[in-house]
Parts: sequence; C-alpha cells; structure tokens
Amino acid sequence: MRKPPWCTLFAPAAGAVTPVVAGNHHLVPGEAFARARTQHAHDPQPPSPVPPVSTAAAASFSGFRPTLRLWHIGAMTDEAQDRRLAMLMAAAQAGDRESYQAVLRACVPVAAAAARRQGHAPDAVDDVVQEVLLTVHRALATYDPARPFGPWLQSIASRRAVDAWRRHGRAGGREVHDPDAYLAHADSAPDADSQAYAGFRSEALRAAVARLPAGQREAIELIGLGEKSLEEAAVVTGRSKGALKVNFHRAIKALRTLMAPAGDV
Amino acid sequence: MSDLTADASHQRLIARLGAELRPVAVLPAPWKRAALWLAAALWFGAFLAIFADVPMLRARLMATPDMGFAELGAVLTAVLAAVAAFQTSVPGRSPHWAWLPAPAVLLWLGASTVGCLRLGPIPGTEPESPMHPAVCAWFLLMVALPMAFLLIAMLVRACPLRPALTASLGGLASAAAAAALLTLIHPFDATAEDLLVHLAAVIAAILATRLMGNRRMGLDPSSRAQ
Repeated sequence: MRKPPWCTLFAPAAGAVTPVVAGNHHLVPGEAFARARTQHAHDPQPPSPVPPVSTAAAASFSGFRPTLRLWHIGAMTDEAQDRRLAMLMAAAQAGDRESYQAVLRACVPVAAAAARRQGHAPDAVDDVVQEVLLTVHRALATYDPARPFGPWLQSIASRRAVDAWRRHGRAGGREVHDPDAYLAHADSAPDADSQAYAGFRSEALRAAVARLPAGQREAIELIGLGEKSLEEAAVVTGRSKGALKVNFHRAIKALRTLMAPAGDV
Repeated sequence: MSDLTADASHQRLIARLGAELRPVAVLPAPWKRAALWLAAALWFGAFLAIFADVPMLRARLMATPDMGFAELGAVLTAVLAAVAAFQTSVPGRSPHWAWLPAPAVLLWLGASTVGCLRLGPIPGTEPESPMHPAVCAWFLLMVALPMAFLLIAMLVRACPLRPALTASLGGLASAAAAAALLTLIHPFDATAEDLLVHLAAVIAAILATRLMGNRRMGLDPSSRAQ
C-alpha cells in the first residue's frame, strides 16, 4: 500500500543523508562517509569532501530505481551516484561552476529518457532536455541537499516532458501538417542553376577584364564595375574625362568580343 | 536535429548556464515558508480583533458549537492548504499533498451547512441587514486577494511544476483565512444565503488566485532563467 506523502514528514526520506556544512563543502557523516573513504582507500590522495565526477560518469547517471536497474560506474551504485550528485548540487548552490556543469551534464540523459518515455520524437526530445536544463537552473535554490537528488530531477524531467506535449497540443490546433504544400512552395531566392550560372558569368567577366589593356581595365573597373562618374574617375586616375570615355567604350567593345559565345565571334 | 548537433547545443546551454551561476541560498522548508505566510495572516487577524466584539463572538461560539467547528475547519483549511501549496511548489514533492486540506474543507463545509439548517437565530445576535451577503462577499474578496497575492509572491520563489494546482491551493488557503477572519467581525447568524454567497466568494477567490498564479508561475522557464 502506498503511504500518503505527509507520512514522510516525521521520517527521514529513503537514502537521505544529512550533510554537515564545513565552509563551502558538505561532508557526509557516519556510514556514508566511511564507505566513501573505503572506496578511496587505494587513492594516493585523501578523499575529497566533494569527490570529482568525470564527464562519462555524470553522463551515465540515468536512473533512480535501484531495485529495477543498477548502473555500475566502477564500484558505485545508483545510491552512491545520487549522493555524489547531491553533494555536487550543494557545491553548485555555493557557486562552484564545475560541479554545476557536471550536474547539468548528468541531467541530460535523465531528461532525454523522460522525454522518450512520454513518446516524444527525437527532435522534440532535445527541446525537452533544454527545458529541463533551464528549469534545473531556475529551481537550483529549491533543492535541499539533505534529500535525494534523483526524485527532484526526475519530477522536473517528467513534468517538462508532459508540458511539451501540452504545448504541442496547443500548437497542433493552429498548425496544419501538409507536406505537399511544403514541398511545392516556391522559393523566392534564385535556384541552384541560376546561382551557378551567375557565378560562372562573374568569373568569366573577371577573367575578361584581366585580359584588357591597363587603360581600358582601369576605366571599366572604375566606371563600369565601381559605378563612379567620369569626373570621379578622372580625379582618381589623373586622366581627362575624354580619354576615360574613349577607354571605357573600347573596353566595352573588347569585353563583348571576349565574352561572346564561340559561334557569334 | 542530429545527435551531434543536439549534443553541441546542450553543451552550449550548459556552458551558458554555468557562466550565469551565482551562489544561491537554499530555500527554507515548505512548512517554514507556510508558517511565515500564516504569521502574516495572524497579524492581520490580530489587527481585526481590535475592532471585533470578542465577548459576543465567545457567546456565539458557546451557543452554537457548529459555528465553532466551522471556524476551526476554516482555520485548519487555511493552515493545511498553505502547507500543501508550499509543498507542491517544490520540485520532487508529491502532488498528493493537494489532498492534505481535504478533511479540513469537509469539516468547514459540513459545520457551515449544519449551521444553516438551524431554525431561528442564535440568541443574542443582531438581525441581518439586506446588504449583509454583499458586504460579506466584499470582505472575503478584499481580504483573500491581497493574502493570495502575498502567497503567490512567496510561491514564485520556488519553482512550481504544477502552477495551476499550487495556485489553486494558495487560493483555497487565502479564502479560508479570509473566512476565518470574517467570523471576527460577523455579527450575524449564518443563513443558507450567507453560505452560498460565502461559497461563491471563496470560489471566486480561488479562481482569481489560480489565474494570477498561472500568469506569474507559467510554463516558460526560459523567460525566467536566472
């Protein structure tokens, strides 16, 4: 029989560890700390109050049902991992960014699993994961390090997965699934052939301009391509407007010849 | 979104959230925050008691135990609904906390209904004025809504995952507290009409609080990221 939730008011939560605050660190007293010390017995360094969690270990954290599933990370069980993440959360609440990012990385697979359990498509799963990360960020102060971390995270993940369905349902009323209309929609941008041809023409023009005599090339670059007036081009080159005009017309004529298709020449 | 793109996007978000991290103080336990809100309600009750006719109130409660039970039910509803609202506002707490005020609500409604079935007025009470139900409803709303506003402001500090449920519980707590305070200045015997008007005002207060809570504690976490 399921116990009403307020029964836990007078009993410690399962797996809960009361932390002892020492500076910015939360030490695990009693048996839990002794167990942690045994695990680190072969380590050259003494056990740290907040043991580091590798990215791989954090990413492997994905369940809070030790009776159904055991995720072995070295000699650690879910319970130990939960305790470790609880300590990391306590450090994150004190402002430790590395601990915080390790916790957030550990949240990703849990959030993804919750979204998949709710039947979300793969692209929607990523949206749910991001919503969960944002909610964890916002709810950081609500986590009590004396309580297990798993149920706290699991409740956020499941709720956000359900919320995503609700949002999807609301949007579904306004959006129509019509793949044919999507595929038949004309793109206002030039198509790939036009773009390739335009690129080819500009390359050909550049090559043709490069083959012109220096005076003509200067005139076509300033007046034709640079869109300067005869007066401005005259100031830049130091030549007369008449000379520039003659060079420009000769350049146009030469380009026509150079860029004309082979049969037209 | 491919797995690699998704992973990169998660990593970017994690890096951004990590950069935004500031030390935070752990929120006090829900019952402590509920006690704080109840203390504010109690302070308001103490203020109203200055204007209340306490000997008459005592006489009424002695003459009609059902009224005493109704008052006890309203007070218990306010306390338990406030605790339930704060509990459900914290992630990881069961939504079944919402049932906590149910027995008190039954006591409150049951005892109030029994009071309406009584024949004849309570000895020593004044006759009811025609405007009385409207004044009662006005009082209930004017007291319940500011208390609900304060409660929502306190609840927003947590991260209610079920804003509608949490806000409704907050509305129930505020309305029950207002009804309990109403007894202090209620110099009339309760009638069926009274009860209906009280009920309508309580429901209106709950709905208004729910609406207010949904607006303040809505679903979009990105807009409220720290």
